[in-house]
Amino acid sequence: MKYQVQENCLTIFLPGELDHHNAEEIRKESDHLIEHNHIRYVIFDFADTVFCDSSGIGVIMGRYKRVYMLGGEVCAVHANERIKKILTMSGVTKIMQIYEEDK
Amino acid sequence: MENTNEMQLIFDSRSANESFARVTVAAFMTSLNPTVEEVSDVKTAVSEAVTNAIIHGYDNEVQNIYIRCRIEEKTLYLEIEDRGKGIEDVEKAMEPLFTTKPELERSGMGFSFMEAFMDHLEVISSPGKGTIVKMEKTIGKGRKIWTTQSL
Repeated sequence: MKYQVQENCLTIFLPGELDHHNAEEIRKESDHLIEHNHIRYVIFDFADTVFCDSSGIGVIMGRYKRVYMLGGEVCAVHANERIKKILTMSGVTKIMQIYEEDK
Repeated sequence: MENTNEMQLIFDSRSANESFARVTVAAFMTSLNPTVEEVSDVKTAVSEAVTNAIIHGYDNEVQNIYIRCRIEEKTLYLEIEDRGKGIEDVEKAMEPLFTTKPELERSGMGFSFMEAFMDHLEVISSPGKGTIVKMEKTIGKGRKIWTTQSL
């Protein structure tokens, strides 16, 4: 899994398939990074992601709870139509903004 | 019947097999000529059911998960079974956001996704015996049929 830390902001480059199998790894690694780098903002980059299920929603909600306590936020970028549908259906868009690229 | 087909799949309840299971079911349904959207719907539903079997049914122990697939005409019938601990209160389990494992960051959306993406969902479970999730989806519903003009 690829991550990028810029000051207090962590970008998680999500894998092609965000399911229970991958979710465990992202959870462990990102929590470690959040703790050790004073992270307040988490960006979920869906550029490579073609599949996401409720385990992916769990990962987002978990990271949100973590940074929200510190006054931070989470957001999503590069989500395709399918991913947007899943995010919207789960209601997670109420706590997380999906950003579109400027065209 | 003309267009019928069947397959069964038995595999270990390891999280690595989740992607194997949904890709296999997706491959099986291609004869129905589904849209990308319909394939994604089925893959998500399979993924949710298999994840449930691994985490809840078997409590992360490695045992067998059974998938039975049947195609009849334009409809895909799916059964995903575990012989694990079963569900005490099925109705409660199916409520959106309800989860027995919040510490594992389960969102409680599994059954809601299955319900939303499939045409029919039925959960048969008895504590101590296991759970069978039955789902159905008719492919090509509401799609226009293209015919060439006769000469």
